[in-house]
Amino acid sequence: MSKVSARPLRSGWRYRANVALRTIVGTVGAYGVAALAAAALARTLPMARVEAVTIATLMAYMVAPAVTIWAFLARGPWRAIAGVALAAAALGGIAWIAGQPA
Amino acid sequence: MSGTSAMVRDGARQAMAWLHGWTGLLFGHILFIMCLAGTLSVFKPEISRWMRPEVSGQADPVRAITAATDWLSANTTGSTGWYLAAPDGRSNVVEASYDSGGAYLSRALDPASGAPVARDTLGGEFFYRLHFELELPYPWGRLLASLAAMLMLVAIVTGVIAHKRFFKDIFTFRPAKGQRSWLDGHNALGVLSLPFHVMITFTGLLTLASLNMPWGMTAAYGDDLMALYSDLTPGAVTKAPTGTKATLAPIGPMLARAQRHFAGAPVSRVYIFNPGDSGAVVTVYPVETASIGYLPAEISFDGATGKVLKAWTEKRAGIRTYQTIYGLHMAHFAPLLTRWLYFLGGAMLTLAIASGMVLWIVKRRERAPLSIGNRLLERLNVGGLAGVPIGMAAFLVANRLLPLGLAARAQQEVSVALWSAGAALLLGLVLPPALGWPLLLGLLAALCALAAAMGPIWAGDVTVMAGNMLLTAMAVALALLVWKQLRRRSAPTPVRRRMAPA
Repeated sequence: MSKVSARPLRSGWRYRANVALRTIVGTVGAYGVAALAAAALARTLPMARVEAVTIATLMAYMVAPAVTIWAFLARGPWRAIAGVALAAAALGGIAWIAGQPA
Repeated sequence: MSGTSAMVRDGARQAMAWLHGWTGLLFGHILFIMCLAGTLSVFKPEISRWMRPEVSGQADPVRAITAATDWLSANTTGSTGWYLAAPDGRSNVVEASYDSGGAYLSRALDPASGAPVARDTLGGEFFYRLHFELELPYPWGRLLASLAAMLMLVAIVTGVIAHKRFFKDIFTFRPAKGQRSWLDGHNALGVLSLPFHVMITFTGLLTLASLNMPWGMTAAYGDDLMALYSDLTPGAVTKAPTGTKATLAPIGPMLARAQRHFAGAPVSRVYIFNPGDSGAVVTVYPVETASIGYLPAEISFDGATGKVLKAWTEKRAGIRTYQTIYGLHMAHFAPLLTRWLYFLGGAMLTLAIASGMVLWIVKRRERAPLSIGNRLLERLNVGGLAGVPIGMAAFLVANRLLPLGLAARAQQEVSVALWSAGAALLLGLVLPPALGWPLLLGLLAALCALAAAMGPIWAGDVTVMAGNMLLTAMAVALALLVWKQLRRRSAPTPVRRRMAPA
């Protein structure tokens, strides 16, 4: 059994599900993490509010492709999902704790 | 080692290739329109000039804005705002957007008389708007463009990783070998100016940030987006109309004062809010040719008295970074050579997209007979890839052929463009591709030649002449391509390289 699974399966529902999950993580998940990164950075960067917002927005566009790459390079689709969920939770938590600046 | 770790080494590349193909398939046509229109938008003022041949010569920005405001004062009622762009070294009219009696209008105003020019046309603005609004109502066009741009970023990232021999591909081209040639061409076009592709996609997304990435803005500002805008441009002033009538103070001195504030840089955009009201505000921005950054400074005047209300020169590092990246996309800073490089980069990206779409079909056709779905895609490729430029060329032809007195003439030109593209798409769908390709490309060549001939060919203006020459060159290149296609069709069919084992 393990001999068979050591080769990458290029067809069958397992492979398709694997690719489908990674694709969702790499697109929808990437956007979600980028959006939360923008929110967290906009609230925490130590500079004037408007500058924090612009820099945060810029950074968000770099976060998204990084997550896309992660989604495809992670060992296994579940690990990809876990990584994205963890990043989203951490960034969302930071944004929530920081609160909207006055 | 588990099966999933094998995916990391081998399967990841394959999965990325899969994702690259499918994002291209789903958004290829939209990206093709965006990239082609964006490439042409590099020469937006020049295209506008070609489309308004009656206005020639170079105009002085201050005199042109003065004429425009005089005309608008006399010919508009109940306006909430006049948004004017002054002529510069490239544009030679005042591009005005304004409202009058509840109707919103966009007109090119003659630099001498201030009245709308006789040939009512959107000019290069058509290509510019098509580039990010796709002829769809707000905000859907911009949202779709944002989505397509995001997926293009995904396609670029996955395309790079899916590559086994990244740098070798730059120097590899094996012509006349079917799938191999298309793949080589696609790879070379994609890889050779990859830094440009990444830059233009990234900065393009940023220009629509308030729509596609508003989460930092709402996180820090909540619903108070007006506060964000006034923080972004501290030299702009918002005032409510008072309801008391007041004539606009002479604008010449305000523009001269603005130019002093801009350290001598000529004025470019002039926004007049609540004109004719005592609460009028005039905000002036400089040209963006001195540095890459967008909106480097602004100054606002009390419209009734002409006194300075606020002046601002942008020096905040964070904002300058943002504006510089924004400005990199707009390329207003670019001198002639750089502009041509932008054009070249854009053309390569457009061709990379088109060749990728053709490759999808060629690859599958060489393996087995095409499925119904892929046969439909093949015909969509013919109609879309030839139809979009056909619509654009028809737009230029309509500009020369539609009578000047026609009602809503500018919109009629756009209608001609859309109907022509639609008809070409339909032709591509009903004709067999072997006939559809040469027919539609031949039609495109004819339209380009026609537009050039009506230029007129003997035009005195350098910009008009350059446009005619480029259109002629395009027509000749396309004619050669069609001739080659037809000759190959009549030649005996070469033996298939990938035959099924006998």
